[in-house]
Amino acid sequence: MARGPVAVIGTGAAVCVAALVLLPLGAVLMRASTWPAFAPGDGQAVWFTLWQALVSAVVSCVLAVPVARALARRRFVGREVLITLMGAPFLLPTIVAVMGLIAVFGRSGLANQALAAVGVPPLSVYGAQGVILAHVFLNLPLAVRMVLQGWQAIPAERFRLAESLGFAPAQVTRHLEVPMLRAILPGAFAVIFVICLTSFAVALTLGGGPKATTVELAIYQAVRFDFDLGRAALLAGLQFALCALVAVLVWHVVTQAGFGAGLDRAPVLRAQGVGPLLADGLAIGGTAVFLLLPLGTIAVRGLPGLLELPDAVWAAAGRSVTVALASTGVTVATALALALRVSDARWGAGVIDAVALLPLATSGLVLGTGLFLLVQPWAAPSSLALPVTVAVNVAMSLPFVYRLLLPEARVLRADYGRLSESLGLQGISWLRLVAVPRLARPLGFGAGLAAALSMGDLGVIALFASDQTATLPLVVQRLMGAYRMDTAAGAALLLVVISFGLFWAFDWWGRRYATV
Amino acid sequence: MKTSILATGLSCIALAASAETPVLTVYAGDYFTSEWGPGPAIEAGFEAFCACDLQFSTGDLLPRLMLEGQRTQADVVIGLTTDVLARAREAGFFGPHGQDLAALTLPVAWPDDTFLPFNWGHTAFIYDTTRLTSPPATLAAMRDLPDGVTVVIQDPRTSISGLALVLWVKSVYGDQAGAFWSDLAPHILTVTKDWSESYGLFTSGEADMVLSYTTSPAYHIMAENDLSKQAALFPEGHYFMAETVGKIAGTDQPELADKFLAWVLTSEFQKTVPAANWSLPAALPQADWPEGWSDLPLPEKVLFLTEDAAEALRVEAVEEWRAALSQ
Repeated sequence: MARGPVAVIGTGAAVCVAALVLLPLGAVLMRASTWPAFAPGDGQAVWFTLWQALVSAVVSCVLAVPVARALARRRFVGREVLITLMGAPFLLPTIVAVMGLIAVFGRSGLANQALAAVGVPPLSVYGAQGVILAHVFLNLPLAVRMVLQGWQAIPAERFRLAESLGFAPAQVTRHLEVPMLRAILPGAFAVIFVICLTSFAVALTLGGGPKATTVELAIYQAVRFDFDLGRAALLAGLQFALCALVAVLVWHVVTQAGFGAGLDRAPVLRAQGVGPLLADGLAIGGTAVFLLLPLGTIAVRGLPGLLELPDAVWAAAGRSVTVALASTGVTVATALALALRVSDARWGAGVIDAVALLPLATSGLVLGTGLFLLVQPWAAPSSLALPVTVAVNVAMSLPFVYRLLLPEARVLRADYGRLSESLGLQGISWLRLVAVPRLARPLGFGAGLAAALSMGDLGVIALFASDQTATLPLVVQRLMGAYRMDTAAGAALLLVVISFGLFWAFDWWGRRYATV
Repeated sequence: MKTSILATGLSCIALAASAETPVLTVYAGDYFTSEWGPGPAIEAGFEAFCACDLQFSTGDLLPRLMLEGQRTQADVVIGLTTDVLARAREAGFFGPHGQDLAALTLPVAWPDDTFLPFNWGHTAFIYDTTRLTSPPATLAAMRDLPDGVTVVIQDPRTSISGLALVLWVKSVYGDQAGAFWSDLAPHILTVTKDWSESYGLFTSGEADMVLSYTTSPAYHIMAENDLSKQAALFPEGHYFMAETVGKIAGTDQPELADKFLAWVLTSEFQKTVPAANWSLPAALPQADWPEGWSDLPLPEKVLFLTEDAAEALRVEAVEEWRAALSQ
């Protein structure tokens, strides 16, 4: 079963990813003129960064469990659409997400208007609670999808067996659901924790001021404002260390559920009674309102501007789609290679697993600056703006796609490894007949994520971009900078629609292919 | 990837075709070259008489120059703001501009022989007359705003206007700047990474006042016919900001660069500044400002810290701000 080539390609991919992330950091460090030092306020920034990331990740994961379970065991009209739509917040560019959240939870937002109508004094979103709220809004969709996938991956036969053995709900939970959650949740937690670790504009705006300073903000200041590359590299290194710590912890906590293979029948989760029905309704309804209301305000805000977008916006949109598709292809191939390699559980799997999470902890700004320094002796950086954007997008979306693939790749190895081996299935045929069909669901979802994330990227382009290479997010920012808030809202809506369209198309393919 | 390879190929062909025409490479701020920025008019105006090809290269200015060092492609850099000039000067990339400064119409003395200002404005708090009927009349009144009045500002660690604000407060209050921030803190709704997010929060009605520029109402008046956005003008004075042009010392197009700098000071160029940059022209008597601009209310007193003074105060002023707002 293709152990040799897969191992070689997987290891090679890991080396490339590590190089893509670490070489630029090294280049920045080499270029630093002074030995870096910490500044006053750094301690506070590290502390705030850590605890908000921890709380955001825990809340997202804890809330995801009842929501995913409700979605897994209920069938209703529009369920598929709802699941897809609920993924959208994760794909929002941060500035758009912040505006949507403020339209709902802000001082004059819908929530406070509703409270005022019943005579309750307004609640302030600005502060630590706002940071957590925003991070949960952005990341709960990811957690729900990861956990939901876990539930769907439990073979229907195990639930049938549990039923015929007369398991009480608590026993089903203990023997089927908890082992699945132990396999899925640590990975979901790690990914969300690391995303929140590198958050910056969201944390500052909703955090209400410098109390909500994160390490990433300090990096931005060091690169863009103080031009203190040594300090930028020091802080980026610190982020790496925190991320690596989490990766190691997760590696030791994660376990395999070991359900074995099933016949791929639709899973039967049953929950009788009014109590569970109400609970599930509340979980699904509450989450839908929480996630979809801000999206709705973004749409309402953007619609008028959408009708009269300048040509530059459409040109940028075309460029962004091209970049997104190129990034998606490379990301999915790399993530698949890494996941197959790690699921092989050979030497170095732990290290490769950490490497695959590493790009998440990277500051896009330091990565961009480092690439600029590396590229510059050989070519004019502006001529490489789009290829560099693709490379950075790949690095940034790889960890998500990898995380989605890994649990399923492990199951694939455990359930079909020996069969494939005894059939002599190898190489391309193994990929085509076994790996891709078995992994189609996470592959489609991952490709959708990669495409949407690549649409939204802004981190590195500022150093490289020229007019001819401006991407859609950059154009949104330029419009806002030129007072054209309505046009910017329209362009932002276009960005959201395209991101979501790409996501939906890939995700639909994955689910479709998986059922064939 | 394929398209970018194609694009690179096409641009190579285009380069070869225009090999005889000298190229002036101008690094400009990010907002510059979009169709709603000042770039297209500047390019067309200059190319009409320079017998050259003006190429803008947009993006971060100072960080990019610092990264490129002596390898930079730039001949001219346009858009460096006053508060980063000390660091730009210290980096040593720029040569003397060689222009006669007599044409300047700035409200402050400008003896600089390296950086040439092309537009200016002041920081100001903008409010909406439909939402705030009795705006603060002095900077001191900002310390004593009525309950519930909210202000949104930019972070001085990430935004040039945010930095101008802390220098503004520092130059008015000196040692008492920290106390000013403590008094204003309860009214600061939030702090954003850059100007556009703040301004978006203000125009969407989330905040009552926003840190912006005295020229911001001009956009609403002229582009939207909306008279409700006004700058609160304070007798203590408003902090001056200008955007400048500089010539790279090692440029391989010194004559063209000089021509460009001279052109920046002409009234033809200066007349395009207000509506394209939404700021005031640096070398144009007020009588010649485009229609509507002369009526724009502007503060009487202008505050400006010299480069060295600003640089000396910067770290301290930002730290006072951070400490007071982190309570």
